[in-house]
Amino acid sequence: MPANRFNGFTEYGVGIGLRIPHYQHIFEQKPVVDWFEIISENYMVDGGRPLYILDQILDQYRVVQHGVSLYLGSAERLNREHLRRLKELVRRTKTPWLTDHLCWGSVDGRYTHDLLPMPYTFEAARVTAEKIRHVQDFLEIPIAVENVSSYAEFHVSEMTEWEFLVEVVEQADCGILLDVNNIYVSSRNHGFDALEYVNSIPAERVAQIHIAGHSKFQKYTLDTHDHPVIEPVWQLYKRSIERCGSTATLLEWDDNIPSFEEVHREALKANCFLDQQHESAGIRPISTVVSQPGAM
Amino acid sequence: MTSQLLQLQRRMATAVMEPLTRQETTRKIRRDGAVMAREASVFIKPNASLTSLERLEIYNKQYWFRLYSSLEDDFPGLLAVLGRRTFERVMRCYLDTYPSTSFTLRDLGSKLLMYLSSHEALTGGKSKLVLDVVGLEWAHIEAYDAATFPAPEPKYFAGITDDSLLRLQPSVRLLELSYPVDDLLISIRQSIGSSDTSSNNASVTRKSSTIRYVGKISPTNLWLAVHRQEFAVYYKRLRPEEYRMLCGIQAGLPLGEVFGTAFQGSTMDEASQADLLQEAFHQWAVLGWLCAPE
Ligand SMILES: [Fe+2]
Repeated sequence: MPANRFNGFTEYGVGIGLRIPHYQHIFEQKPVVDWFEIISENYMVDGGRPLYILDQILDQYRVVQHGVSLYLGSAERLNREHLRRLKELVRRTKTPWLTDHLCWGSVDGRYTHDLLPMPYTFEAARVTAEKIRHVQDFLEIPIAVENVSSYAEFHVSEMTEWEFLVEVVEQADCGILLDVNNIYVSSRNHGFDALEYVNSIPAERVAQIHIAGHSKFQKYTLDTHDHPVIEPVWQLYKRSIERCGSTATLLEWDDNIPSFEEVHREALKANCFLDQQHESAGIRPISTVVSQPGAM
Repeated sequence: MTSQLLQLQRRMATAVMEPLTRQETTRKIRRDGAVMAREASVFIKPNASLTSLERLEIYNKQYWFRLYSSLEDDFPGLLAVLGRRTFERVMRCYLDTYPSTSFTLRDLGSKLLMYLSSHEALTGGKSKLVLDVVGLEWAHIEAYDAATFPAPEPKYFAGITDDSLLRLQPSVRLLELSYPVDDLLISIRQSIGSSDTSSNNASVTRKSSTIRYVGKISPTNLWLAVHRQEFAVYYKRLRPEEYRMLCGIQAGLPLGEVFGTAFQGSTMDEASQADLLQEAFHQWAVLGWLCAPE
């Protein structure tokens, strides 16, 4: 939803991920960008350049924190040191909401540093929802969980991925970061209907949407974030916007990163769909309000 | 009772963290004797185009590719000294013994120096050089994002006595080395640049940097401070007396003791010692290395 309790009642528009190759351009050109998403882990440090850069960005831009290692679906307990550092960063960035993935990645204190898929069981949903509630209580900001791309399914699963997502977010009473590229990638790998997934999401819980590119191989599709967004993913985005309204949107580009302008241009394509949505809702199109990239 | 979720996660993590073959594929037989295809089929569903094992292999490869590339980013000097084949063999053994126990990849190499100190055979005739390189590369990582504490008020220095205490900024790291690895790392880092990020994407192939191989390096004793200025990390060579003083300060010794140990066995006359003290403290203050005691 455009502004809801899962994104701190904000209307953030279209953002891009803050990446090192773009620092120079951002500081020299000061481009107009609705918002930046930062990877929390890159700034959960004691000092030095990462925090210096972040403070400069925070002076000029709105920032939302996105994490890659909370592992809300791991059976083990949350890592206290992780939560302490995360809260310190939340105070610094004043992120209106915080996102991480609906996945697991550590067991018995050993970390794989990967976003491993969940078994879609009622037990896993309960454990994950409890942990999300704990994080939400500790950080005192809304949490939205992101559906991941996956390459494997488990025999023990008792429901579909989207049923599991709904089960978790309702039990945790948290938001959703809907990654439409991940839905597409997983639908290719597991042979489900991506549109059915999008249509099954509780639209009122969607805090934010991710779009990205991926790589197709003969036997599977990999979530590489190294290409422009493909048309079927834009169509899933369109449908998501129809259902959820004009929601904060972010383009992820993590590998073979092109120029800042190219990444931002790709992200701003989302405005076509957001404008259509605004028109059908009788609201002034967003692209007349938001400046074009590099306009300063 | 172990939950079904925990059981599945243990099973999958063990499979994902199993080292790859030399051809970078999933092993057919695991080192504990388990047949991987059978193991994978117990918990992973096959689909029309991939077997359970092939699906597992995607994660098995991603795990190793991601970790190797993170270690390559953090230890380019070690990669240059060992060459890729040995580097990867050493890293595989290291990660097998010490899998990551931190949420951040930044800490992945935190036990590497300790590991290599007790496994010198892994790096053969180069083990002393290797330990120097790894020590410096880890100090570099620690200096890069360490906290900064406030400097002491100027009046603190005026009232200093033998019992006074000082602290070093956490970004100052002290090393006693047997090889000039500072010059080596400066040239390697200049040629490759460096990165410091986490992300959440998968990689098509393994990311590997171009390696600069290193010729023979002659041993030299040297004392080094790794420190940070304007958010960049620098290496500064020290005189042994300076090194000993800084180690004393870092260990929390009162200044009287710091001075005493610094000149133990030194042939320097008293006047020269006084000059060195004054010059060294002035320089450390200018560089912002000193901070007030807690
Ligand atoms: Fe995403």
